[in-house]
Amino acid sequence: MYRYDEFDHKLVGERIAQFRRQVKRRLAGELTEDQFRPLRLMNGVYLQLHAYMLRVNVPYGTLSSRQLRKLAHIARVYDRGFGHFTTRQNIQYHWAKLEQVPDILEELASVEVTSIQSSGNCVRNITSDQYAGRAKDEIEDPRVYCELLRQYSVLHPEFSYLPRKFKIAVTGSPHDRAAVAIHDIGLRMHRNEAGEPGFEVLVGGGLGRTPYIAHTIREWLPKQHLLAYVEAILRVYNMYGRRDNIWKARIKIIVNQMGIDRYRELVEREFEAIKDSPLQVPPEELERIERYFAPPAYERLEDQHEALAKLRQADRAFDRWCRTNVAEHKVPGYAIVNISLKAPGKPPGDITADKMDAVADLADRYSFGEIRVSHRQNLVLVDVKQSDLYELWHKLAALELATPNVGLLTDIVCCPGLDYCGLANARSMPVARDISRHFADFERLAEIGQFTINISGCMNACGHHHVGHVGILGVDKRNQEFFQITLGGSSDERPALGDRLGPGLRQDQVPAAMEAIVSKYLELRADGERFLDTYRRVGIEPFKAAVYGDADAKAAA
Amino acid sequence: MFFTAAEGWTPSIDAGVVIDDDAEAERLLAVAQTHQARQVVEPYLIEVTLEDGRPRPIAIREAIRAFGPTIRTDLDKYE
Repeated sequence: MYRYDEFDHKLVGERIAQFRRQVKRRLAGELTEDQFRPLRLMNGVYLQLHAYMLRVNVPYGTLSSRQLRKLAHIARVYDRGFGHFTTRQNIQYHWAKLEQVPDILEELASVEVTSIQSSGNCVRNITSDQYAGRAKDEIEDPRVYCELLRQYSVLHPEFSYLPRKFKIAVTGSPHDRAAVAIHDIGLRMHRNEAGEPGFEVLVGGGLGRTPYIAHTIREWLPKQHLLAYVEAILRVYNMYGRRDNIWKARIKIIVNQMGIDRYRELVEREFEAIKDSPLQVPPEELERIERYFAPPAYERLEDQHEALAKLRQADRAFDRWCRTNVAEHKVPGYAIVNISLKAPGKPPGDITADKMDAVADLADRYSFGEIRVSHRQNLVLVDVKQSDLYELWHKLAALELATPNVGLLTDIVCCPGLDYCGLANARSMPVARDISRHFADFERLAEIGQFTINISGCMNACGHHHVGHVGILGVDKRNQEFFQITLGGSSDERPALGDRLGPGLRQDQVPAAMEAIVSKYLELRADGERFLDTYRRVGIEPFKAAVYGDADAKAAA
Repeated sequence: MFFTAAEGWTPSIDAGVVIDDDAEAERLLAVAQTHQARQVVEPYLIEVTLEDGRPRPIAIREAIRAFGPTIRTDLDKYE
């Protein structure tokens, strides 16, 4: 895990002292809300429906147990005893008191956590694969490059006032768990013909009001040129990006308006001019950062196939959890354990302070004290001995943190929605609650198989609804909440935006519509097909008919 | 927060001032806006109906603002 050096500590300390003065001036009435807004946003403080919301960065989704305990402490002492993990691997506190925010930031700084650039028109938290450094299919740990980019982009003077926010995601594996194609810049590590690892660079992806899947701007970029190439992309965006219309200010708009070929030409020209500058990453600097992400001291173990098979055979509930929540580790004898934050009927991504503390303790006991946050709003223990799985599962189950649904239909991604958010048009968490209650039978969930549902309470798409196998978007029609369903979205290495199914539904109609979609899929699926595969094969019509009836399906077409 | 007839602020919608006269509403809004520097951010008028004499917002957003989230109802909005 990366540790701050003296510059980081100094910089963060100065930043908090500055914000403390700004808050004081605001509370004294010396600053108006209009004057204060850009200042608070630079520190991750939003004003929402009920209170201020503080968004805290979890860089590339990696936390130490010490940091997680501090997040629990903040929730308990300053908030209402819980936090919400987001699709950007961050945590949000929904009930912050403005006068306490500087104290919270100081507490966070003591464990090297900040909220700097968790909002505002700058490079946001750089996200990554939650299995980084542990995945069996990985080429290199992407967090090394995330950290390089973090150090480069935090408080970068040229890129602190971009036309709009800017999101970067990095994956080191061919199987994309980081959704890189829906980011402003996506970096996908792969090997060139000579076998050297480098990055495929994608640009101009994003969801929101105008969703786009990113274009590949460069097939293979040598690692040492990463900063120069990212800088070239940012500089061209900073020059050409629109500042006159917030809805047209993201890089995806400019890339798609001028065309990827023209954008590439501009970027390549800029890159040629700067690539041999000090922006070229010296190998010793990469090695220095790499050392912070060195693997823990694993024991030399054998895979426990037989012992686990026996336990799984004897205990069906354990078997179910292993099937969904445990993933392969690259080191023999170890496993990756996903902790579902999607218990039936509970708000997705929410976790109480007590459970955060408990997870931190389990991480210390079973997983070298490290916790990951996934962009699908779950937590992960990445270094668990296979021989500890049964014991760990019992402990997680006692905490109601062993819901066996990771990757299944009730592992729903969901924004806070109108229950908290000032931008939302409709509530999203109650919809997730109703669906998860409807599909409460774990045997049936397993039978349905891999399935993603993503829910957003407005078109800003924090719940990534466009890329859910089923996407649900809340809209407001004359003070009534309606929910538009899309099918066929995906954010993995074969990304796709969902297709709209038909007219919006009332909240109480959504579970039945989901039931109709699932039943139709089970009826139509061929051997081994996930919902997404069946959908790609048969198209939208059978599902339209299943949800709206034949006559309505024609009308909706 | 809701504006009261006494031109102060209250967290309870029941204690908020209900007006059925557009001109008076605009006048009170203008008064509320003078409080912006320190106490409140962007005051605005909301539509309500009266149920048993108690104001109830028509828009869902305003109802959630008044009564708190519809999830995690174990938590009091104003603890």
